[in-house]
Amino acid sequence: MAGSNPNAKPMNLTLRVWRQKNRTTAGKIVDYQVRDISPEMSFLEMLDVLNEDLLRKGEEPVAFDHDCREGICGSCNLFINGRAHGPEAGTTTCQLHMRKFSDGDTITIEPWRSTAFPINKDLSVDRSAFDRIIQAGGYVSVNTGGAPDGNEIPIPKEIADRAFEAATCIACGACVASCKNSSAMLFVSAKVSQLALLPQGHVERKTRVENMVAQMDKEGFGACSNIGSCAAECPVGISLENIAILNREFLSAKATSNNLA
Amino acid sequence: MSWINKTVTSSIGRKVIMSVTGLFLCSFLVVHLIGNLQLFKGDGGLAFNTYSHFMSTNPLIRVAEIILVAGFGFHIYESFVLTRRNQAARGNQKYVVDNIGQNSDWKSRNMGLLGSIILVFLIVHLYNFYYRFHYEPLPFDSQNNKNLYGVVMTSFQTWWYVLLYVLAQVALCYHLLHGFASGFQTLGLNHRKYTPVIKIVGYAFSIIVCAGFAAMPLYFFIFKS
Ligand code: HEM
Ligand code: SF4
Ligand code: FES
Repeated sequence: MAGSNPNAKPMNLTLRVWRQKNRTTAGKIVDYQVRDISPEMSFLEMLDVLNEDLLRKGEEPVAFDHDCREGICGSCNLFINGRAHGPEAGTTTCQLHMRKFSDGDTITIEPWRSTAFPINKDLSVDRSAFDRIIQAGGYVSVNTGGAPDGNEIPIPKEIADRAFEAATCIACGACVASCKNSSAMLFVSAKVSQLALLPQGHVERKTRVENMVAQMDKEGFGACSNIGSCAAECPVGISLENIAILNREFLSAKATSNNLA
Repeated sequence: MSWINKTVTSSIGRKVIMSVTGLFLCSFLVVHLIGNLQLFKGDGGLAFNTYSHFMSTNPLIRVAEIILVAGFGFHIYESFVLTRRNQAARGNQKYVVDNIGQNSDWKSRNMGLLGSIILVFLIVHLYNFYYRFHYEPLPFDSQNNKNLYGVVMTSFQTWWYVLLYVLAQVALCYHLLHGFASGFQTLGLNHRKYTPVIKIVGYAFSIIVCAGFAAMPLYFFIFKS
């Protein structure tokens, strides 16, 4: 293989994988052995090897979500050895490589756990609660018509950068998975502060935060205890500052919006 | 007024109540500590008893006391509601392997436990120094004030009471090491310039206040019994 590391020794690993038939049945940990795993494989490729083994044996492969495999879609969500997206900070599971593990390791792999993210099957969870929160207000309404001129609305570079930072959230849900309270505050705060920072977001500023927070609570996510697990595990580094912005936005919207309901 | 109801029962609203009451309770701790430092005066408790008499009779202080009870009441009530909801949000199936210790502080995850220790202490403390002061016949000192100092002395010479008191101060210290700065964050008061300062002040506050409270039973237990 071109560019491969000749010193990379293949590994044998014990995987302890959460298996669960569907949403209603109880799940359990099942142990598997995988052999000859190259340290250069990604974590998902290692699981592909496991699934090929299982298929060859006529067993049901392990269901797990993935799509882009390049760290941008937010679907490859696994709780690996007690950490969301595994032991490495600032990465999604698809960007985690087997060189972070050693031959003979036991790796426990579980799905995100939150009542708001019911398990579809095995390691795949239903994150549509996030979609409903975004539908409640995480957008800007734009009238169709001629394309606006570039730079028509002046936005200071610093503000644009901060909004962009918040916009990098990939909606993976690692914040919920790692939070002791299964709180979605980091996710919601990223969208609310992104749009609160930009003039385009100001039209719906108050209703947005009121509706998104109401939907977040309705979905059954917990409250924020300012523990910080979320920001520590977030693959794109969304910071806790956004949660403070969310709280400010929420309080000022509640105090000043015309919404009496 | 359903918008008010929705605000105070939302997850953020409840946390704001925790934060406002928690930070208010911090201000109470300062007043309480400074007043009680009179125990160290070495005048046989005369100043302390005069102060206690003033605190229990002054109408302004009585009003403040009602606000204080409400502060504790809301703080404790919301802490139970939030803690139960937060536990429910995770669901019945916990992680089989959870290394949450690698991404967060123990104290921040155990505010409910730390608060519960404080609550147990609070009940014993109120019975001993509040209930007995107000509702039990106590001897008077030479200035004709009820001798609460005597009650404090005997309590602080009882080993289990001293132990409970010191343990509670350790719990309070940990509660505030997280809670003080957390309260500001909850109110949205996070700023690149000021948050580091708030954190340092919070640490200093927690340690100084709790060490001050813990010094009282320890002093009387070690030097006066
Ligand atoms: C003098 C006594 C107390 C003081 C000064 C105090 C102060 C605070 C402060 C400043 C916070 C941070 C609020 C925030 O994160 O926004 C807090 C949080 C908390 N307190 Fe207290 N507290 C006291 C007693 C108690 C008691 C008696 C209980 C429970 C029985 C309690 C339970 C909690 C809980 C559970 C939290 C965390 C809530 C969460 O983040 O979800 N506290 N406290
Ligand atoms: S805030 Fe971070 S951890 Fe949470 S959903 Fe967005 S990218 Fe994932
Ligand atoms: S598969 Fe898309 S982020 Fe990992």
